[in-house]
Amino acid sequence: MLKGLNQERIVGVIAVLLFVGFAIGLPGFLGGANILSLIQNVSILGILGIGMAIGIIGRGIDLSMVSTMVISVAWMLVMVNDGTHLWLAVALAFGFAVIVGLVNGFLIAYVEVPAIFATLAMGIVVYGFGKSFMIGQDVVYLPQGESWFYRIGSGQVAGIPNPVIAFALVALVAALFLKFTKVGRYVYAIGNNVATARITGVPARPVILAQYVLIAVIAVVAGIVVATAVTSMNTRLALSTQVYDVILVVVLGGIGLSGGKGGVRNVIVGTILIGILLNGMTIMNLGYTTQNIFKSVILLAAIVIDTMLNPRDEQTAQHGDI
Amino acid sequence: MKTRKILAAAAAVATAIAGLATASLAEPFDDGQSKTYYEKLTGKKVGFVPLSMGFDLTEGWNAGLQNQAEALGYEVTIRDPNWNTEAGVQAANGLIAEQPDVLILHPLDMQAYNRTVQKAMASGINVIQVNLKSVTNGDVYVGTDWYEMGQKQAQAVVDACGEGSGGNGKIAFVQGMLATPTATISGQGAQDVFDQHPEIEVVATQAADWDASKAQAITSTILKQHPDLCGILGLWDGQDIGTAAAIREAGVQDQVFLVTSGGGNQSAACDNIENGNFDAYYSYDVPGQARDLNSAVKILLQTDPEPGSAPFALYTPLKYITKENMTASSCWTLDELKANGG
Repeated sequence: MLKGLNQERIVGVIAVLLFVGFAIGLPGFLGGANILSLIQNVSILGILGIGMAIGIIGRGIDLSMVSTMVISVAWMLVMVNDGTHLWLAVALAFGFAVIVGLVNGFLIAYVEVPAIFATLAMGIVVYGFGKSFMIGQDVVYLPQGESWFYRIGSGQVAGIPNPVIAFALVALVAALFLKFTKVGRYVYAIGNNVATARITGVPARPVILAQYVLIAVIAVVAGIVVATAVTSMNTRLALSTQVYDVILVVVLGGIGLSGGKGGVRNVIVGTILIGILLNGMTIMNLGYTTQNIFKSVILLAAIVIDTMLNPRDEQTAQHGDI
Repeated sequence: MKTRKILAAAAAVATAIAGLATASLAEPFDDGQSKTYYEKLTGKKVGFVPLSMGFDLTEGWNAGLQNQAEALGYEVTIRDPNWNTEAGVQAANGLIAEQPDVLILHPLDMQAYNRTVQKAMASGINVIQVNLKSVTNGDVYVGTDWYEMGQKQAQAVVDACGEGSGGNGKIAFVQGMLATPTATISGQGAQDVFDQHPEIEVVATQAADWDASKAQAITSTILKQHPDLCGILGLWDGQDIGTAAAIREAGVQDQVFLVTSGGGNQSAACDNIENGNFDAYYSYDVPGQARDLNSAVKILLQTDPEPGSAPFALYTPLKYITKENMTASSCWTLDELKANGG
């Protein structure tokens, strides 16, 4: 019975246990509104996590995600504030992200720089370039507007907060992409073993290129949700440790860093566990450091249990993790 | 050959006469002090290591500094460490090697620049610290008294929710990044006020890391848990725009009183007071600080004191802004400051 317990299920079980514990121990936790706000509060993390998962499944990683998100969306706000038409600014923001994705993909697929270094450097380049040439201020405020675009991050449809809907949509599209498209299946093949994938005729390089473009586009979607939710974009986020939180969610959900495994469901499970944790700890009014300790202990526990139940064998160990 | 020499001589004489003429014309009126004032300032060097350029405070101060420097003929050099303390220490050391007359530091935390301040003063450079202070005193501190800031903000919440206000006294405190002096010192100031008001119940104190999204998440959870919350104390406008978003989303803008603080920039402060995001705002008024900063620079350049021999402080008078007392000049824009600030 224990054999069937992979990390995703372990995390799922921990999430359920926490949920039940909080529901019993914390008055007010189990309200429908609180549950929705719980998911809403981690939906941006979730959206970014789905992008990151696409990278990690292909045995890559994208450390430039947060920079791409911050700079393209802040640039968009700068343009809108300067009188550029909203939709043109949105299109340009996506265009910028696509370029970043193409460069990332090119460096990784064609120049064969390891993803971790290529995207680490690109993150710094994107932030530096953006701050020097595109955005003057640290915090860019969202202008007031009538378009539905301004309500992507706030407000609700049929009682469900818009960020949750955005998360669900991104998750759905990513799941369909990974499961049913040719390129999606190729991502798994490349993540499993890039050499084998190429021998069998998978166009590995173009697929990697597409993969990083997709990640950058998802980053912009997350950024739009952030900016419209808090009516501003703080470019300093690019210097924060948010990207590690994103990796945490992905790894916690059970997507191995060695690639080729996992899917959108894992991200959702990881995100929800973090959401339950953060929400419960906020309700308990735990201190900042205590919260961090709990977060890391839960992550460690999940990984330790997984390692004990699913020890590495020759085959899983031979590629090595990042 | 000869004509050439004569021509050259004639030209030289002409230039000399012209020179004499302009010199006699440009001799300015001296009221007994103004001549030495200009003389002492011309050609001096000032170094400035901000936390980072590119945000409202540092850009504002810099605009003011450059305006005066340009008008009076001294030079303000900036080294931008972009939020990185180590890079800041290096930048400061680099400037110390260049021996400016005055070094302006804007430290990220209370300890990192202690030795830098001492080193600069030991090598004969006067040190000004702006808006944040190391434990070590320089010659001048220009900036906010963060303890007073915490107290005043807390008092505003007490006035809105405490005894006699009709509020229920339930409030939340959205903290910043806990290691920073602003957060620690203001936090203590606020706590000291709350301690004197037993009717105030702080139902939550949570750190949002100066991040608007985190502030939003925390606030929305707190509001779900305490739907009858009366007030929120926030510590920075850039973060509390997220706090405000959560309040708006919960539909309790009329019920929850939000006070925050910041440099008083138009888009960060007044626009958000105007549209109801913030109920009250304590501004440390960057144009005023730029003026104070310039005064400190000019005093040091003129008196050239032995570093550390006569330290003084210019704590910023805080400006309380609400929808009711707000005027067109309550806030500032960078363009204004660049045009005529300092």
